[in-house]
Amino acid sequence: MSFPADRGSWRPAAVAAALLLWCGAHYSPAQALRVCADPNNLPFSNRAGQGFENHIAELMAHDLGVPLRYTWWPQRRGFVRRTLVDGQCDVVLGLPAGYPGVALTPPYYRSSWVFVTRRDRNLHLHSFDDPRLRHLTIGLHAIGAGYASTPPAVELARRGIVGRIVGYSIYGNYSSPDPPADLLRGVARGEVDVAIAWGPLAGFFASRNAGVPLALDAIAVDSGSDTQALTYDIAAATRAGDTATRAILEGELRRRRPEIRRLLRDYGVPLEGMDVAPGEQP
Amino acid sequence: MSHASRFLVLLLLLLAACGPAGKHDPHAVDTTVEARKALSAPHPDSVVQRITAAPASGATIPAGADRGDKPGDWTLPGRDYANTRYSALDGINVANVKDLKIITAMSTGSLNGNEGQPLVVGNTMYVVTPFPNILEAIDLAVPGGALKWSYAPNPSRRAIGIACCDVVNRGASYAAGRIVYNTLDAQTVAVDAATGREAWKTRVGDINTGETFTMAPLVVGNKVYVGNAGGELGVRGYLAALDLATGKVLWKAYSTGPDADVRIGPDFHPFYAKDRGPDLGTSTWGGDQWKLGGGTVWGWISYDPELNLIYYSTGNPGVWNPDLRPGDNKWSITLFARDPETGNARWAYQFVPHDAWDYDEIMENVLVDMPVDGRMRQLLIHPGRTGFVYTFDRGSGELLAAGTFQPVNWATGVDLATGEHAIDPAKRTHTGVITENICPSSTGAKDQQPSAFSPRTGLLYIPAHNVCMNYEGTEANYIAGTPYLGASVKMFPGPGGYRGELVAWDPLKAEKVCGVKEDLPLWSGVLVTAGDVVFYGTMDGWFKAIDARTCMELWKIRLSSGIVGNPIAYTGPDGREYIAVYAGIGGWMGAVAFPDVSTDDPYTALGVAGAVPDLKQKTTPGGVLYVFSR
Repeated sequence: MSFPADRGSWRPAAVAAALLLWCGAHYSPAQALRVCADPNNLPFSNRAGQGFENHIAELMAHDLGVPLRYTWWPQRRGFVRRTLVDGQCDVVLGLPAGYPGVALTPPYYRSSWVFVTRRDRNLHLHSFDDPRLRHLTIGLHAIGAGYASTPPAVELARRGIVGRIVGYSIYGNYSSPDPPADLLRGVARGEVDVAIAWGPLAGFFASRNAGVPLALDAIAVDSGSDTQALTYDIAAATRAGDTATRAILEGELRRRRPEIRRLLRDYGVPLEGMDVAPGEQP
Repeated sequence: MSHASRFLVLLLLLLAACGPAGKHDPHAVDTTVEARKALSAPHPDSVVQRITAAPASGATIPAGADRGDKPGDWTLPGRDYANTRYSALDGINVANVKDLKIITAMSTGSLNGNEGQPLVVGNTMYVVTPFPNILEAIDLAVPGGALKWSYAPNPSRRAIGIACCDVVNRGASYAAGRIVYNTLDAQTVAVDAATGREAWKTRVGDINTGETFTMAPLVVGNKVYVGNAGGELGVRGYLAALDLATGKVLWKAYSTGPDADVRIGPDFHPFYAKDRGPDLGTSTWGGDQWKLGGGTVWGWISYDPELNLIYYSTGNPGVWNPDLRPGDNKWSITLFARDPETGNARWAYQFVPHDAWDYDEIMENVLVDMPVDGRMRQLLIHPGRTGFVYTFDRGSGELLAAGTFQPVNWATGVDLATGEHAIDPAKRTHTGVITENICPSSTGAKDQQPSAFSPRTGLLYIPAHNVCMNYEGTEANYIAGTPYLGASVKMFPGPGGYRGELVAWDPLKAEKVCGVKEDLPLWSGVLVTAGDVVFYGTMDGWFKAIDARTCMELWKIRLSSGIVGNPIAYTGPDGREYIAVYAGIGGWMGAVAFPDVSTDDPYTALGVAGAVPDLKQKTTPGGVLYVFSR
């Protein structure tokens, strides 16, 4: 069972069908859009509802005519298992395409890892092969145990550029606001010459919170770099097998595409391939 | 319904009155029967111990390691300071262990992994549950046991999302009328053992930075020693000393950073040159990476009253894949000997420099004295995640013997002269490179589940795993709104057609004496008694007794859930010997049995699902405290 493809404009009948599916899913007793989200992770979400995923959830709940209910949980290892898969909610609004064990919508945005520097440094880095990287202090998010790494960490390791790296815990200190943004604050404060950061995080803090002007530079595709690993398609997700909810999410993302695009741009998210409609390959 | 009322006696007195202790066993060896006829022992339980040959091993437990505790008590995590998990009780022995019956089964109220062990102090047993870390006091004087009181520390629920591998707790220590233990949200509590009233509660670590506490504290004198977990979150590991009277944190000895932070000073004398030099805790890392360097302290702590040193070992280096942290990454995966008063390091030995396999070496360090070449040596035995058992001189840090107790291929041996492993470069993992068939896997040839040492046999009884892994590169993952390349570690059974083994190990010859191969990896601890019986459990719920000298199976029983706890022996108010153990599957590997952990994907749960894809079919969760008697 899947929601019929609706490539045209929004039609009331489609929403009615969606609501029927919604009711048929398992949203009893109180029907609500149940979203699991991180309470402290701008620009994506926070408890005050200030993230773009909060706004997307509000749009959806409005369209569906149901209340929006959050389950707050830090988006760390086990997040999906302990929230969505465990039945605490029915929707997670941002997961990379290909994420295992869940049902994903087609991606609704695509972004990339970027170089972030202070504008007054005029560094204009564009490639991991830029020889200056061997002499600059580079800030990166340190993630995971053992073999887990951010894609830029892998690129730098492949090139042996490992001597002047400063690791910022992706988890940071959770009692302070938006801990993953410490990496960007490190650039602004001059702790590092350059940070290599995930686009949405970099764009948001460069546009709003940095205190000093920051420059975002796209990372060119070089020979030897794995471009798949630097650019990610991000989708909404529900539980594996929940085709009804997945269809509703897909329909909503398609219907609200103009608003979502505007929202992402407002949040400074560096976007790629957004001229392609969600539901197709972006 | 309160936790206390959920703590129900499920099965009461299956054996209401235990049979006479001297009941004849037609299958017992003749010498035993003859000996019984010959001796007129006042207490039949002691007969077999008397006729068994005097300890031939020459091994002894270090003087003072039992604190003068009564033989029938179990007041420290490993029973004694030496972490031997040896009970001098012999009422249950090779001849009569087959008569063991369940006398009590009590729910712990937890569906998480019930690691660790209860304590017994006099007529009271103390149980610490997994999160939310309830402490229960059970009156053993009431037939079947009765709840005296329970204490709820109410740890923060946020700690659940931070703990890496199930929300376990490995137990408490008793000292000076107090039960001291850790809560998952990085606090240490002291509770009055008689009343259940909280004496103090100290926030030692900060869950906001990823720290959790799962280990069992050790109390020495007026100090409580605790350590943190969370290396994969960028936590910097440390051992902390707290004042037993007030809970005040007196000092922390970090595992990375400058010598001052690591408490390395002029009295630091590592045996091997590889471990000598100023500020190795910073200079063996690229840049400032030591700040997120891991080396957490979530295992067992030992203490030698004679040398007045505490011993523990540290976890793997934190957060980065190996290529991102060039250097030895000290003092991760390191055995430390420290002054208990000041925390100053006396010696250290880094097992694995520049770890590329996640060989977290927080395993127990068992302190024993044994004759080596005709003279008694003060030894420390460390059965390693690396697959080697290391026997050190615990005064100097010299490695006297090392050998593999399970299939190992990442290294071909250890040079006792330099302390260095001969590492196979083909098994070293690198970014973007597929490395296949590494043995053992990241779960190690054993994990935290502690071994036991019998001075009667001179053997260490090791709960082992035989699991290997492929490091297959990377897959997209997502944390804190950030996509990254997750580890694609796939584990699978090692060679030989078995996944676990109870290994009886000669620490001087560095060789296996005998063993029991098991289908599943062993995730329970081990108990050995003066009755020459070794007890352990399997992840599919079999609780077994084997002969400490021959490894022959003597008895087994299927319990309600997989066993990841550690058995103990104690004397009840009636003067008889009892054995207790938790059932309740969970922990890192055991979490595969949880309904919400999918085994469709072999990479699930950091790759362990590939090692035990059948676990969900073989056991179901549910913590129960079992007590056995004859």
